[in-house]
Amino acid sequence: MELTVNWYLALSAILFSIGVMGVLFRSNAIVILLSVELMLNAVNVSIIALAQMMADSTGHILVFFVLAVAAAEAAIGLSLVIALFRTKPTVDVNEFNLLKH
Amino acid sequence: MIQQVLFLFLAVVAIGSALGAVLARSPINSALWMVVNLIAVAGLYITLNALFIGVLQVLVYAGAIMVPILFVIMLLNLGSMPAPSEIQWKHVVAFILGVALLTQLAFVLAIGLDALPEMSVSEEAVAASSAREIGKMLFTRYVLPFEIIAILLLAATIGAVMFAKRKFA
Repeated sequence: MELTVNWYLALSAILFSIGVMGVLFRSNAIVILLSVELMLNAVNVSIIALAQMMADSTGHILVFFVLAVAAAEAAIGLSLVIALFRTKPTVDVNEFNLLKH
Repeated sequence: MIQQVLFLFLAVVAIGSALGAVLARSPINSALWMVVNLIAVAGLYITLNALFIGVLQVLVYAGAIMVPILFVIMLLNLGSMPAPSEIQWKHVVAFILGVALLTQLAFVLAIGLDALPEMSVSEEAVAASSAREIGKMLFTRYVLPFEIIAILLLAATIGAVMFAKRKFA
């Protein structure tokens, strides 16, 4: 069995689907944030695999930017979780309906 | 041969730890499983000869992103979520949607299975993924996006401080 780029793409698809299921299944805001990170990470795997296949460093630059955006997203997400926790002492997203009223 | 074994091992660790992160009851267990997953993915980058990105993954993800997440979990003193008593309707829908997405991705992969060439990391790929080459690209061709990322990070930092200070209604 030869190791092909498809193996990496398949792994990436599986990790992405696990991340999507995490966002849909869980109601804990922090676990949802972690699942979003999981999805970003899965996409990075496929970008790197394709970049190495094509011997092109543009893919690496793209992954570099994705990492920076993930860091920014984590910071904003966590500060939102803290702000929500101050409003109501829970991180269950089903408890929050501030925009409904 | 060693490459396949290494890939399979890292892939199994990555998938198992991803499942652990999604299914763990307590958020702290979730975060620790996530760290295992990120390190396994960093190992996968190294099997692809992308050393720079692999190191960056450990530094930025496992270091700079997971530490604040663990800090926030600690700060908020979050316990485990109670075990769900019965299977809710939304969980069934979520499962079906997730499986449907995986099926679509697998279908697209299966169609393109023959279109992609065999994986062999060539000498030029190794050269193109070196820190020297990436740095050169980053400061010549992609210097404007690089500066925009810097501004984005500054905005995110200021935004995070403002959000964390404010109390919503």
